[in-house]
Amino acid sequence: MRFRQIAGVTMAVGLLLAACGSDKKQTAGTTAGATGDTTAGTTAAAAGGCKVGVSWNNFQEPRWAGFDEPAIKAAIAAGGGSYISNDAKSSAETQATNVENLITQGAKVVIILAQDGTAIKPAVASATTAGVPVIAYDRLIEDPKALYVTFDNKQVGKLQAEAIFALVPKGNYVIIKGNKADANADFLRSGMEEVIGAAVKSGAIKIVGETYTDNWDPAKAQAEMEQFLTASGNKVDAVLAENDGMAGGVIAALAAQGLAGKIPVSGQDGDKPALNRVALGTQTVDIWKDGRALGKAAGEAAMQLCKNADASKVAGTASFTTPGNVKVSSIILTPTPIKQDNVNLVLDAKWIDKATLCKGVDAAKVKACA
Amino acid sequence: MTEAPPAVETNETTRKTRSVREFVETSGVDTRLLGMVVAIAVIWIGFHVMSNGKFITSRNLWNLSVQSTSIAIMATGMVLIIVTRNIDLSVGSLLGFLGYTMAVVQSDGKISFLGLNVTFDSLKTHQWYTWIVVLAVGVALGALIGLVQGSIVAYVGVPAFIVTLGGYLTWRGLIFRTGGHKGQTLSSIDPTFKYLGGAPDRSLGDWKSWIVVALACVGIVTTLALSRRRRIRHGLTVRPIGFDVGLAAAGCIGVILGVWLIAVKYKSPINGEAVGIAYPVLILIGVTLVMTYLARRRRFGRYVYAYGGNPEAAELGGINTRRVVTQTYVVMGMLCAVSAAIQTARLTSATTNLGVQNELDVIAAAVIGGTSFSGGIGTIPGAVLGAVVMQSLRSGMSLLNIDSPSQDIVVGVVLVTAVAIDALLRVRRRSGVIGTLVAGIIVAGWVIQTGRP
Repeated sequence: MRFRQIAGVTMAVGLLLAACGSDKKQTAGTTAGATGDTTAGTTAAAAGGCKVGVSWNNFQEPRWAGFDEPAIKAAIAAGGGSYISNDAKSSAETQATNVENLITQGAKVVIILAQDGTAIKPAVASATTAGVPVIAYDRLIEDPKALYVTFDNKQVGKLQAEAIFALVPKGNYVIIKGNKADANADFLRSGMEEVIGAAVKSGAIKIVGETYTDNWDPAKAQAEMEQFLTASGNKVDAVLAENDGMAGGVIAALAAQGLAGKIPVSGQDGDKPALNRVALGTQTVDIWKDGRALGKAAGEAAMQLCKNADASKVAGTASFTTPGNVKVSSIILTPTPIKQDNVNLVLDAKWIDKATLCKGVDAAKVKACA
Repeated sequence: MTEAPPAVETNETTRKTRSVREFVETSGVDTRLLGMVVAIAVIWIGFHVMSNGKFITSRNLWNLSVQSTSIAIMATGMVLIIVTRNIDLSVGSLLGFLGYTMAVVQSDGKISFLGLNVTFDSLKTHQWYTWIVVLAVGVALGALIGLVQGSIVAYVGVPAFIVTLGGYLTWRGLIFRTGGHKGQTLSSIDPTFKYLGGAPDRSLGDWKSWIVVALACVGIVTTLALSRRRRIRHGLTVRPIGFDVGLAAAGCIGVILGVWLIAVKYKSPINGEAVGIAYPVLILIGVTLVMTYLARRRRFGRYVYAYGGNPEAAELGGINTRRVVTQTYVVMGMLCAVSAAIQTARLTSATTNLGVQNELDVIAAAVIGGTSFSGGIGTIPGAVLGAVVMQSLRSGMSLLNIDSPSQDIVVGVVLVTAVAIDALLRVRRRSGVIGTLVAGIIVAGWVIQTGRP
């Protein structure tokens, strides 16, 4: 079905499209598309005043406003382009309209942080059809023409599980996952599975609680953790929380039982309070995705796409096969696990200041805080 | 009812129901509240059995009491708003904004948004009164926002749905322009403020809980005695004296047992001492009492119900209806601040997604508690019990390790079932009640059973 759809769309608009390499492989059985490398690239090539539109899914999350957006803006400004944006406020419907609005406002490249990677597909298809290249930012959009710029999310889950598994190779695990509609929640989980899967099968690890958490809400994660602790009579040996906000809720629940710092907890995002917890020792690991690196990569890719709409021609791309078996061009960055012994990395990168990182931390124990 | 069931059975059942009903009526207890208490008991026992005896334990019920407070407090305000035929969709966002603001005040000793600056120099370092100032700032700001929203509803005439929808967007957005933190998670919560959140090591403990119990008993006895004296003075019929004594005794014993079994028997996992009543629960009890007093004994409350029952008549009767409507939003804003303080203190940090979707939980709690969207009907204690029902379901399902999507289905089914039963009872279609109840229980039970890992 998908093959036929893609083939159909490609054929219908074949001459207008800047067909990219991975797309050619997808549509190899047909003749259109393979020959259609023509106009769009050159029309967009007036990159001098190239306008880049960013569709945020939910600007409420502190990370986007604080780190990603400034980096994207800077990279675009460095390339001589201009920046416009809008916010879909966690609504997939709004985001589809928002993407159209950006194009109407004259965006030559659209960067999308997708609320729902599937629901946004028609909007992406119509953008690429109109010759506007799309960058799927941080979250996957299974469209063969979209350039996927992200941190390796499966890797994040893997790194989280590795850090915890090294400390707790057997015992009772609780897994606090993110929002059920967010594909990342499952990517992370599958990364964890690679690490702990064998131990779960052998019975060394028992999962005593696993749940999705609406809106990645820390308060909900706290209540969930309280219930899992009650259900198991505090017999929990490790917690895999998928992000820092929820890790905060989990640790508040553990602290209420006097268990904070005794049970390893994972997180990700590099939230400042979470990094402080890592330094304090109540959170074991924080997988740090430097939003500035991702924003820079996307901004620079956008400037290249202004000149040539072919995603596979952007510097540093590799082919990535999605869970839905679509081959997309991608730029995939590797995240960094931050633990108590390497918190200096976030200090050196000026991600956080020393006072915030080391608040309440025993300087004798943590070298970076000395 | 067109079909007459067999005669003998009818007689017997009517007699039985009548005597029960008479008993309940003379006791002066609200039958709807009684029904909800029974429903909560059924839910608790059901989860207790399914979880192999983990639900009705002091630890779980103590947690449940704390988890319910935030929604319950806001629901008491939502009742008054819905009674006046309005709605407030902004409470979740308002809670997030006020929680964030209060966190900024205590971590920075100053607050700024949209170019406005206020400083609290003494709060830059920890003070014993930090929590009071912070809470006062939150409550004042909440009241101010309520005043703005309420005035637009009442005086400008913009539908409440629209005004509060605007608020829903505005207050959440304003978090990012507060204190120059760009929405970063804030975790510098003052140690005194944390007591508002309720953790086992930050609760009343043993003897303070018993003082509360003693005060509660004195309160129950005085209230009953005063009400009796007032009725006698006005020449109204009074309940037999034995009945009042029994009621007072039952109330006192209930409080003693509740506090003993839930709060005192729960030993702190940290130092092994009795945990006692949690501060947020104390706050909830205080809020419930004050709100019930406002709703039933003060002119404001009577106006609210009069307006809700018949707006035109209330207006013609000389009630300043616009002022009443505005006041309901002011009260709501203040309650949001209290809930925001509890949630922030409990999480020991303020995040931008604090309170997301709470408006739905709050409205659901009020509605499960018997508040009617057609106006004029709804009670404060009912809304509190409604919140307890919702949280009991969530907590119980979490205890059974049922994932959040399945939890949503169950809460949705229970919400509609509860309101359907309420609607059927109002039009006295008792035959439909049993069917609805059974259908609701079967669907919810089936979702729970098949959702277990």
